[in-house]
Amino acid sequence: MGKSNEPNAEMLKGTLDMMVLRTLVMGDAHGHTIAKVIERSSEDVLEVEQGSLYPALHRLEDRCWVSSYWGASENNRKAKFYRLTAAGKRQLVRETNRWRQMARAIGLVMGEKTLAEEGER
Amino acid sequence: MSWRKFFRRNRADAELAQEIDFYLAAEIEENLAQGMSAHEARRRAYLKFGNPQRVRESMWQQNTFNLIDNTWRDLKYAARTLTKSPGFALVAVLVMALGIGANIALFTVVRSVLLNPLPYRDPARLYTIYERNSKDSKASDAMPVSGYLPVDAGSFAEWKRSAQATAELALVSPWQGYNVSSEAGKLPEQIEAAWCSWNFFPVLGVSPAIGRSFTADDDRPGAEATVILSSAFWKRRYSSDPSIVGKKIWLDANPYTVIGVMPSSFVYSSSFGGNNVQVWAPVAHEAPSWLMRTYGDHEFLVVARPLPGATLAGLLSQLSAVQAQIRAAHPEAHDAVSGRSMLDDAVEGYKTSLYALLAATGCVLLIACLNVASLLVARTAARSKELAIRAAMGGGRLRLLGERLMESFLLSCAGGALGLLLAWGALAWLVRVRHDMNRVEAIHIDSVVVAATLATILLCALFSAMISVASGNGKVILASLQESSRAHSAGRVRAGLRKVLLVLEVGLTVVLLVGAGLLLKSYERLRNTDLGVPVDNVLTMHFGLPDARYKDATQVVAFFERLLERVRSLPGVQSAGLVTAGPGQGWGGDNLVTVVEHPPLPKGEGFDLMTRGADPGYFSAIQIPLVRGRIFTLDERLERAHVGVISQSAAALLFPGEDPIGKHLNDSSENQVYEVVGVVGDTRWNISQPMRPTFYRPLYGSGYSVATIVLRSERNVEGFAVPVEKIIGGMDADLPVGDVMTLRETIGRSALDSQFDSILVLAFAVIALLLAAAGLYGVLAYLVTQRTSEIGIRIALGAQRESVLSLMLLDGLRPALFGLVFGLGASAASVRLIRSMLYDTQPLDPAVFVAVSGTLLVVAGLACLLPAWRASRLDPMQALRTE
Repeated sequence: MGKSNEPNAEMLKGTLDMMVLRTLVMGDAHGHTIAKVIERSSEDVLEVEQGSLYPALHRLEDRCWVSSYWGASENNRKAKFYRLTAAGKRQLVRETNRWRQMARAIGLVMGEKTLAEEGER
Repeated sequence: MSWRKFFRRNRADAELAQEIDFYLAAEIEENLAQGMSAHEARRRAYLKFGNPQRVRESMWQQNTFNLIDNTWRDLKYAARTLTKSPGFALVAVLVMALGIGANIALFTVVRSVLLNPLPYRDPARLYTIYERNSKDSKASDAMPVSGYLPVDAGSFAEWKRSAQATAELALVSPWQGYNVSSEAGKLPEQIEAAWCSWNFFPVLGVSPAIGRSFTADDDRPGAEATVILSSAFWKRRYSSDPSIVGKKIWLDANPYTVIGVMPSSFVYSSSFGGNNVQVWAPVAHEAPSWLMRTYGDHEFLVVARPLPGATLAGLLSQLSAVQAQIRAAHPEAHDAVSGRSMLDDAVEGYKTSLYALLAATGCVLLIACLNVASLLVARTAARSKELAIRAAMGGGRLRLLGERLMESFLLSCAGGALGLLLAWGALAWLVRVRHDMNRVEAIHIDSVVVAATLATILLCALFSAMISVASGNGKVILASLQESSRAHSAGRVRAGLRKVLLVLEVGLTVVLLVGAGLLLKSYERLRNTDLGVPVDNVLTMHFGLPDARYKDATQVVAFFERLLERVRSLPGVQSAGLVTAGPGQGWGGDNLVTVVEHPPLPKGEGFDLMTRGADPGYFSAIQIPLVRGRIFTLDERLERAHVGVISQSAAALLFPGEDPIGKHLNDSSENQVYEVVGVVGDTRWNISQPMRPTFYRPLYGSGYSVATIVLRSERNVEGFAVPVEKIIGGMDADLPVGDVMTLRETIGRSALDSQFDSILVLAFAVIALLLAAAGLYGVLAYLVTQRTSEIGIRIALGAQRESVLSLMLLDGLRPALFGLVFGLGASAASVRLIRSMLYDTQPLDPAVFVAVSGTLLVVAGLACLLPAWRASRLDPMQALRTE
């Protein structure tokens, strides 16, 4: 994880919140699931550092973009579940738009049309 | 970030821990499912998660106000380190408490007495107007020139006429008195009273709490007698009975209608007293009509409120012109006027001593701060390794500094809290013992004082911390760590700084000691002043016969004679006499006289002699020696009373090189001629004032109705007070007796100011001396510990123990010597400021300076002796092993 993670950590700083929100669109989840989903859907390119996941969740909760409750996990353990709030949904739309603009802009600068288009998907 | 979360950090943390546990458990399960061994699954999970502690810490930080948290932690840490050395903490707190407490107390007094406005309407526009003589005549040489002399009613009337458009002027005479008759089971008593013009209260802008103020109609000779009571008198004698208004009370055997009671906040203070005035009466009704017209009897003070637009300077120049005209027409009048604000008038006499005391407490506080700083420096030195290790481990300089600041802040706060208590107690005590002081009733701790206390605490904390921080050098971390023992560079530096602090401390202590020494010496001089008579075993009691009941001079004389006869027959009484005012009992009256046999002086000039009425037995009773001639006899009374006795200084003043016996004195104000029959020894009217020439005339027949019984006995003279009061009560049940005290007590009372100042400054000086001694001891003890191995080597190599002793002693005494020199210099420069507080003592009194130097050296020597002696007794083997 060491080397490949360093640039990621930089980038994740701004995007982790967005990705967490995106993950929660699919339904309530606890921290472990969220991390797993992000990793899986990035084809294991992004590895979520736990050191930033929990503070991020805490921060999102602070801003009322997610709410939390204690529930039972798949294998019946007590776990803290996070749910996207209405404000969180709005925030996700805003952040996604910004991200797309940013990705496209960077793609244009780098002359990689494909990446920019891919970004738009 | 919110307060709610700040306070729920612990719960949030617990939840997070649970969440992390869940995450790890889930991960382990997943790994197990992938077929890893239990151990490997666990290892992988932890590896993936990273350090749970760090996650928790960063969350904790997110939930925290950093500043508060750090401060709180510093506070806890400081409290913990302080409780670890309770001795140090206790000493530091006590030292701070003394310093801060004394300062708060004095600051409160200075603020309440000297600075706060008087409790009147627009008090800044109120002035007291006096008369003065532009050049003092030679007869008054014995008196210090005063620019503020009381006013005569004749001049006042003319001032008032001419200044109608400039100022409101009111007349007051605050040194009157009445006998209150016994009534409804209450004993008769003498009270202080004031006569005032009807507009006195309106000019001040105060009105009675109940009832009404005087009107112009009350303030005329033929009016019904009216009186206004002070709140204290009303509460004490009439139990705050509101129905007293409209009732009659008996003063000097005359009925007076009470028309009002002043509010308790009202008090009148002047440089001539007035604090204890119990009743107020309209002047024109009370004063004899000649007194209201005369220019020669100065019985009044004048209060002025310039009308809008007018100023004091304008008023004074206007009145000066009037007074110069008055003088031209009436030679007995003064020829100029002077004035100052009422506040200055009330407190001028206390300014020097209060500011001197404030300066003394300031010195004590500075010494206290230096001492606490010195203690902190010592602690820093002792903890240098701990601090170095913390710095090496990455402890921020700011954090370390914050801790130190917090420590000294804690000490100052605790000291300040304790100091506030001390100050409160001290003020309560002061108000009790100094009720003679003007405006003492105004003393209270207000919000400004509390704010000043907080500021003082903060300043002290900052000051001590900064000094201790300045002494610690952050760059010597490595050195401190290497400083395993022998090379103690940092230790030396710190001791050096402490020595500088000590020099300052000792210097300030010397200043305080010199001040205390001078004041004490002056107090001793004052106490031992020769009053002119032996002071032990003499009791004095004062009474006055009301004119209303004793209308005839023969009645008065008969009363005096019968009383003396009965007092003298009391078993144990050696001798007794009557006089209008005894030695040391105050001004008591003066008259301008001329010598009949000498060429006439210009009109209005003459010799100002203190005048006393005495019975023939008075001189032997109080033991005033007869120098020449004889005392007047019992037979020389009433219309045959035109004889008198003068004191030696009066003889020297009036009859230089002549025999005064048989000459005649002309009393200009009463136009009476007295033959001088004898010369007696001098006495003082006030122990702090020079002797004044005195003229005695027969009590029996010079129109006197007040007298002081002077009673001498072998021992236990106080015991005669009750029998004599019983005798007087038996002769007239309505006659109160006042000022019952021994001659010793009279002197003590005159010396009260001096005693008060000198004892307070002495107390401060002793505190300073103790602190300085503790400082000297501390520094030398520290140095000895630091140099243990060095001394051990010296002794092992054959150094004499005596030489080690003297080496260490000198090392310790050096700051004391420097401090002494510095302190003596500073004292020489500053003692001039208290010159006015000294009686018969030069500011640069060599004896005091020598005594102070001696005391300081002895105390410093004792403080240094113990550590130096310990150093010289070191066992070299032990010393070398001490690492």
